[in-house]
Amino acid sequence: MAKQNIELIVNGDRYEVAVEPNRMLVDVLREDLGLTGTKIGCAQGDCGACTVIMDGVSISSCLTLAVEAHQRDVTTIEGLATSPQELHPIQAAFVQHGAVQCGYCTPGMVMSAKHLLNENPHPSEEEIRQGLSGNLCRCTGYNKIVEAIGAAADKMASSAKEG
Amino acid sequence: MKNPAIIGKSIPRMDAPAKVTGRALYADDLKMPAMLHGKLLRSPLAHALIKRIDVSKAKALPGVKDVITGADIPQVKYGNWRLVPQSQDELALAVDKVRFVGDEVAAVCAIDADTAQHAIDLIEVEYEELPLILSVEEATAEGAGLVHDESKGNVSLVRKIDYGDLEGMFAKADYIREDTFKVHPVQHAYMEPCSCVAHSEEANRVTLWTSTQTPYIVQCLLASTLGLPENNVRVMKVQVGGGFGGKMELRPWEFCASFMAMRTGRPVKFTLTRADELAFGRRRHPMSIYSKVGFTKDGKLLAKDFQVMLDGGAYNAMGPTATFLCGTFGNMLYNYPAYRYFGRHVYTNKPPASAMRGFGAPQAAFVAETQMNMAAEDLGIDPIDIRIINAMQTGDVIPDVATISSCGFKECLEKVREISGWDEKRKNPKQGKGLGIGCFSFISGGVFNWFNTKYNFSAAEVSVYEDGTAQLATMACDIGQGPDTAMRQILAAELGIPIENIRLIAMDTATTPKADLGSWGSRVTLMNGNAVIDAAKKIKEMLIPVLFEEMDLNQIHDIAFEDGRVFVKANPKKGITFGECVYKALRGRRGEPLTARGFYTPRNKGLVSPAFSFGAQIAEVDVDTGTGLIKVEKMYTAHDCGMPINKMAVEGQLEGAIQMGLGYALMENLIMDDKGRTLNTTFLDYKMPTAEDMPPGESADVFTYEPEGPYGAKEAGEGLAIPTAPAITHAVHEATGYRCMETPITPEKVLRALDKIK
Repeated sequence: MAKQNIELIVNGDRYEVAVEPNRMLVDVLREDLGLTGTKIGCAQGDCGACTVIMDGVSISSCLTLAVEAHQRDVTTIEGLATSPQELHPIQAAFVQHGAVQCGYCTPGMVMSAKHLLNENPHPSEEEIRQGLSGNLCRCTGYNKIVEAIGAAADKMASSAKEG
Repeated sequence: MKNPAIIGKSIPRMDAPAKVTGRALYADDLKMPAMLHGKLLRSPLAHALIKRIDVSKAKALPGVKDVITGADIPQVKYGNWRLVPQSQDELALAVDKVRFVGDEVAAVCAIDADTAQHAIDLIEVEYEELPLILSVEEATAEGAGLVHDESKGNVSLVRKIDYGDLEGMFAKADYIREDTFKVHPVQHAYMEPCSCVAHSEEANRVTLWTSTQTPYIVQCLLASTLGLPENNVRVMKVQVGGGFGGKMELRPWEFCASFMAMRTGRPVKFTLTRADELAFGRRRHPMSIYSKVGFTKDGKLLAKDFQVMLDGGAYNAMGPTATFLCGTFGNMLYNYPAYRYFGRHVYTNKPPASAMRGFGAPQAAFVAETQMNMAAEDLGIDPIDIRIINAMQTGDVIPDVATISSCGFKECLEKVREISGWDEKRKNPKQGKGLGIGCFSFISGGVFNWFNTKYNFSAAEVSVYEDGTAQLATMACDIGQGPDTAMRQILAAELGIPIENIRLIAMDTATTPKADLGSWGSRVTLMNGNAVIDAAKKIKEMLIPVLFEEMDLNQIHDIAFEDGRVFVKANPKKGITFGECVYKALRGRRGEPLTARGFYTPRNKGLVSPAFSFGAQIAEVDVDTGTGLIKVEKMYTAHDCGMPINKMAVEGQLEGAIQMGLGYALMENLIMDDKGRTLNTTFLDYKMPTAEDMPPGESADVFTYEPEGPYGAKEAGEGLAIPTAPAITHAVHEATGYRCMETPITPEKVLRALDKIK
């Protein structure tokens, strides 16, 4: 299959890559760009482990062709914290609230939460659960994840006020 | 007993920052120069002879570096029960015969995954189909064919337990009931599909990074199947994306990656797909169960006759242990004056079942708890009261098993009754609503040495440095449940230094002390925790003389290690910093570092486990009698896990266990057609609970102090996967009158029971 040259903007960095037209975004992120934080749990769009944000919308990167991401703005889990010392409030809340066990679903959960809070900064518990319904977790029973997202929303709201 | 402040605290996992930022590395994240990609060819048939395999086209494909079949590998069978060599029944690649849909037949490695898959598609295999054996009933029928030609029948292992006067006790019973049950298969569904990378850096030596919960078992079995000394195989740490019992054996891809890495001189990676996992992966045993129980009219248990056939699938895997534990948990929780267990592990042409969270206990408890509820109803006794009448307590002896050294079961029953509003709600029953109870007990690691390890069951090495830091090296595995943090909490408590000052080296069979049997059977906290304490005590023995010398102390003084200081207990002002103490001790050792090893193997603790957890759970359900849909409205749990080491981690185990138990009861099921093919091989069709399906929960702590456990701790988490299905079953019965005897509970079964559909 002839490769196509595409341009990706991932976490603010520009990459030019040549990809087969049938390659999925998740594979290009993981294999070509070395951004292995995005996980593959099913490769069928069922589990949410591969969730990234493209042009402000959360997507399953295992169902998105890499060529579809040409010249689009992609944020992965690696692009969320401003520095290794300073986690994004959602990430910090996941750590503090025990929302992480094996951690394999975590990047996708955090990205889904990020999208949810972008769209709805003050979600109810039910809205958080709806927002996570495309992300499977087998360790935590979800409760601590839901708590963490609620706490992150509060934190982000109060720092927005102060700011 | 008062524990140090760091014990029982909700300390965030130390690996969480790496996991929330995507920096944590799992096996499939690893990439090495010149790495090859491996793929497996699996059998499309459940039972067939292999007449011919032609790999010539695959070998000729450009980019293919190696193709192997069963004929190319050493014919050394493996299995976790090394103590019973005839139970070791697997080869990484099938020879002559395939025994389930998915049995591995050939492996390829190539320069990229697409080429490897293309090569797999080019392999030609000619099969001759054999009659299928798809149930334990068929497998044990007279004249049944054999899954393994060399075995005498399809029953691969029998476990019997027999104590008390069974017939005499049944003769005395006022109330006897006999029931048969069937329980279905479910899967671990860990989020990370299995993956590994092998690299052979020197001839005849290989290093394997693999998603496993038992690095030591993988090391030993890989060595024996490759024909290498154990010391030539190194199994290394990666993050593991969940296990739940499904990653505790040597697996064919681990063998093939290692074997082909040595043949090609290049690193080889295998990563499974979700369809591989669901269609061919290990699962919880389906079972056919007969159980007869006898009570006095006052609800006192007299006898139980428990007969179980485990559908083990094509190979033993961890089935023998499940067969043992199913029998052990058939009579846990309550005092049975007479008990007989007859458990048979049966081969069928299905994907092998193995260990899965609870390990034979969820099935045993489903039956025991359901019969308890049936008996309570017939005898007119409250279901909680009948349990209290029979409940085990501290000091009770289970013949041939153990003396219970701590037990908060009765307290759990009282607490869960209180927090659920049991008495009130049962007085005012509402149409379609119900409360149900299920209870559990579980082991804190096993005593029976089926792996036949020559080493201690757990080991830890502690080194301390003059900068006030320490290093802990252990083979124990964090597969998500949290020992990487809990073990450091224990060491921090022992040495009195901040947890941040402890560096951890874990899960490396070459550099951590021999050995640790891995993360299964809820063994790590108790066993590895004790090994850490043993090592820390030895280190302290090396440090204490410094203080005596420095302070010219009378020999009656005791020394404390707290807040980064080492000081005289009776006079805390008299002391030095931990780092200074190490520095001075080093000076006296003429350059020899301060390192000590600690070990733990249970002694005089019977044959099953050094300690047992207990608990009770109540499910509150609302059943729509028009649609049969069951909504679990709330779960109430009281749990005796001894003294928790990390409170938040224990809560996480409880909440996660409810997700798995709920799925087991109501949603999850592996569906198979009459050719032995699994039909639901995606998460769209294999339904497990999402965030929206989870009921709220309330829990009550019951603290006991387990004398054998580190700081009084015992099992937490695995046992909690047991009570949910029986509790929901009971609640559905209370709500509708439908009693599930063949799991799972589905809306269709509810409607049939209500005569709404035929």
